[in-house]
Amino acid sequence: MHFANTFLMWKEGPLIWISDVLIALASLGILFVLWKFKKFKWLWTEWLTTVDHKKIGIMYIIAALLMLFRGGVDALLMRSQLAFPNEHFLTAQHYDEIFTTHGTIMILFMAMPFIIGMMNVAVPLMIGARDVAFPYLNAISFWLFFFGAMLFNLSFVFGGSPDGGWTSYPPYVENLFDPGPGENYYIMGLQIAGIGTIATGVNFLVTILKMRAPGMTLMKMPMFVWSVLITSALIVFAFPALTVVLGQLLIDRLFNAHFFTTTGGGMPMNYVNEFWIWGHPEVYIVILPAFGIFSEVVSTFASKRLFGYSAMVASMVAITFLGFGVWVHHFFTMGAGAAVNSFFGISTMAIAIPTGVKVFNWLSTMWKGRIRFTLPMLWTSAFIPCFVLGGGVTGVMLAVAPADYQFHNSYFLIAHFHYTLIGGTVFGMMAGLYYWWPKMFGFKLDEKRGRWAYWWFVIGFNVCFLPQFLLGLMGMTRRMYTYPSGLGWWIPNFISTIGGFMMGVGFLLIVYQIVWSIRYGERDVTGDPWDARTLEWSLPSPAPEYNFARTPIVHSRDEWWYIKQGKYKQEFVESEIQPIHMPKNSGRPFLLGLCMFVAGFGFVFEWYVFVILGLLGVLAIMLRRSFEFDYYHYIPVSEIVQTEKSLGRL
Amino acid sequence: MRPNRRWWTVAAAAVALPILLTGCGASIPVLQPKGPVGHEELKLIIFPLILMTCVALIVFAIFAYVMIKYRARPENADYVPPETDGSSLLETIWTVIPVLIVVAIAIPTVIVTFRLQKPPTTSTAPAKTVSETPAAASMAAKTKQKPLVIYVASAEWKWLFSYPQLGIETVNYLYIPAGQPVDFQLTAIGPMNSFWIPALGGMEMDMPGEDLGLWLQADQPGKYLGRSAQYSGSGFAHMTFNVYAKTPAEFYNWAANIKAHAPQLTTAKYESLLKPGQVGTMAFSGDINPNNYNGSKDMTGMPGIASGMPIPGTVSPSSNTSSSSMSGMSMSGDNSSGSMGGKNQ
Repeated sequence: MHFANTFLMWKEGPLIWISDVLIALASLGILFVLWKFKKFKWLWTEWLTTVDHKKIGIMYIIAALLMLFRGGVDALLMRSQLAFPNEHFLTAQHYDEIFTTHGTIMILFMAMPFIIGMMNVAVPLMIGARDVAFPYLNAISFWLFFFGAMLFNLSFVFGGSPDGGWTSYPPYVENLFDPGPGENYYIMGLQIAGIGTIATGVNFLVTILKMRAPGMTLMKMPMFVWSVLITSALIVFAFPALTVVLGQLLIDRLFNAHFFTTTGGGMPMNYVNEFWIWGHPEVYIVILPAFGIFSEVVSTFASKRLFGYSAMVASMVAITFLGFGVWVHHFFTMGAGAAVNSFFGISTMAIAIPTGVKVFNWLSTMWKGRIRFTLPMLWTSAFIPCFVLGGGVTGVMLAVAPADYQFHNSYFLIAHFHYTLIGGTVFGMMAGLYYWWPKMFGFKLDEKRGRWAYWWFVIGFNVCFLPQFLLGLMGMTRRMYTYPSGLGWWIPNFISTIGGFMMGVGFLLIVYQIVWSIRYGERDVTGDPWDARTLEWSLPSPAPEYNFARTPIVHSRDEWWYIKQGKYKQEFVESEIQPIHMPKNSGRPFLLGLCMFVAGFGFVFEWYVFVILGLLGVLAIMLRRSFEFDYYHYIPVSEIVQTEKSLGRL
Repeated sequence: MRPNRRWWTVAAAAVALPILLTGCGASIPVLQPKGPVGHEELKLIIFPLILMTCVALIVFAIFAYVMIKYRARPENADYVPPETDGSSLLETIWTVIPVLIVVAIAIPTVIVTFRLQKPPTTSTAPAKTVSETPAAASMAAKTKQKPLVIYVASAEWKWLFSYPQLGIETVNYLYIPAGQPVDFQLTAIGPMNSFWIPALGGMEMDMPGEDLGLWLQADQPGKYLGRSAQYSGSGFAHMTFNVYAKTPAEFYNWAANIKAHAPQLTTAKYESLLKPGQVGTMAFSGDINPNNYNGSKDMTGMPGIASGMPIPGTVSPSSNTSSSSMSGMSMSGDNSSGSMGGKNQ
């Protein structure tokens, strides 16, 4: 009974019970379906052990959509609570846990995997490669992310969720004020997923630099590949800061060190600095790939070359450097002093310059084009005004340090970053999802149903977040679980809640659209349903395991477009199809993730038996891998020829 | 279903919302500041907003034009878009103009950022409505021609205010003299919070082991709401306080009255105040002893003392008045002292 009350939280009320039941039912349902259709083996050999970047990308995207659902439910619970003043639908403690998990999940377990999923699906195909540079590591990255996310989500029904906010500032999150396993879940979930992300950064950096098809110079890469290159560099330089700061916080919490408490010479500001040294570049990690996708989508659906390619590249590089130099703007009000605040205010405003260049270049790309309003283009067209308003206008306003003294931590800020993260990242990922869906699965998502989802989501988004600018100016701060009446806050809050639920309807319509399209969606037999411009569209949909039967030689940006125009003939490195060297599937990345999960779980509850067992497992798997020499195979020519014939390519 | 249709939704919402809200008589304190600091900050909210809105309107106009003019229609099915690579002239223009805008915003930003480090210079002393009592007059003499200093410390989940020049303390409410700059010295006992009175001007964090300053001033007598803007646990949403700006005479009369009638703050009482939980409004008298309190055994890990900075309500242990109610004071109960859920309790 004590165990049940402490860890299963049976006293916490119906929300937990309902979740317990739903989780149990969902798990049983999945197991039943797998058993009924005898799919266990299929799941294991085709998916869980795969090292194919396309399948890994799809798994990332599925996980991201599931996490979007979880984070979205959190959001709707919060918006329900705030719809009226003095509401007590959730207790303060419960509300605190929900906004913490909402923020953490949306940034790290929704936006990040969505982006990495897109990278995995598209980048090797766009640069004419057969896989990423380190396919096995890629699988490890995915499973580390996946088990990190699962560990974090487990907190809801086992032991209690973190309640320190997604930024998790000490000293509040130290043991004295925030005992219990919640914050440990936060630390371990992020730590395990973060290690996977660093590996992804390295992987894609090497993939893009080393595995481009012959002829594809850096300045001939599609813009999305450029954005991924920049993002990977940002990941490699930023994520280690997160690893270190989480490690320090863990040592503080488990071993009573004083990195971030004022006793024993510690300093909470160190946490704040370290966190945002990762946290600010993270903002660009999640937005730059979206910029890349918009560039691809705009030039494809306006049937025009991307305007000002080199300026676009230069802008992204500039944003990268500035992105590392502005982190202090997250804490203008922490006493940094006038000189420091001035410097970081101006450097933050400066980011508006390259971003502005990009916006004008997109508009110029569409200028004199012939714009087809397909779903990817619709999401892009929603992005431009939302981002200009929410990212550009209000972003510069927030960069003005004295004005930020009035905006900091208020709903003005909340509205701003939701405008950039939803209006930029989520819209971008939706555009990318619709754009590459045929390439992933061989059929298009239904346009009509997609438009319903689009309007519900985009209108709901603006209805939800526009009033929050006003709420900030009215003095409402973030993370308030309730507010008194008489301040004039409830009308904007109520409108905002309506918008939130409209977005929820939009999400459900997207799910409906996907389910409907699986059955009735238009099959893509050409491999190029959008009349697009880059190399991935020269392949059949979905692309075969080895991507390119023969390695293409690249002559220009928009290679495939010019081949279609008859400007070049498609050329290949090999004159005849040759056996293709591919990595073997392996179950160990999955098991490695599982072992990390066990070790992380041990750290969360300080049950060190689990820690030792988990880490021993990790070590054993790594040792086994180091002595492995038979990790690849060749696909014989006959098999390739047969596959290509069945795809209508020979 | 044209993409420009949602434009109308956005535009309509943008116009309708403020109208709806002002119709309800709601106040927007950040946009209606009641002091010189808030006014300075408001200027720096409006100016970038106007400049950036101009840019945004240009983008929106081009965007709408392009979306409508160049959309694919059956009539233009055979239209072949031109091959253009870019334009050095155009790209230079839309690089240089944002640079100029950033410069235009950066200059006042820097000037005001530095200016806000110093006390506001505009003094608009309100007219006297009451006369000072002799006790009040002697108190007023102590801070005459000087800014009023108020030490602010947050604890889970209340605000402790101390007037070191006057020897009094309040909990969860503030009196300040209108027309006089107030030098708030902020620290935290326990988690960080952020001290924010939107109607008077911006916020500053209060952090354990730190002593941060914030200048604010009220131009006219009035009552303003203050709150914490930094989450610090489950009672954080209730960490509000009222700020009563009074004429100097009224203020010093009030201070003299507290000094004379409010109970002394004992160490025991002070430590009980620091325990997590909410309390109502209180007032105490007492002498500040800067290096007296260093955190008791119960509160290890909670030192809120930056070097040299006094903590509110530190008194010699000899005084033992246990009452903490504000008998005789005409204060409305601003904060409910009701219990609240939280794992720390």
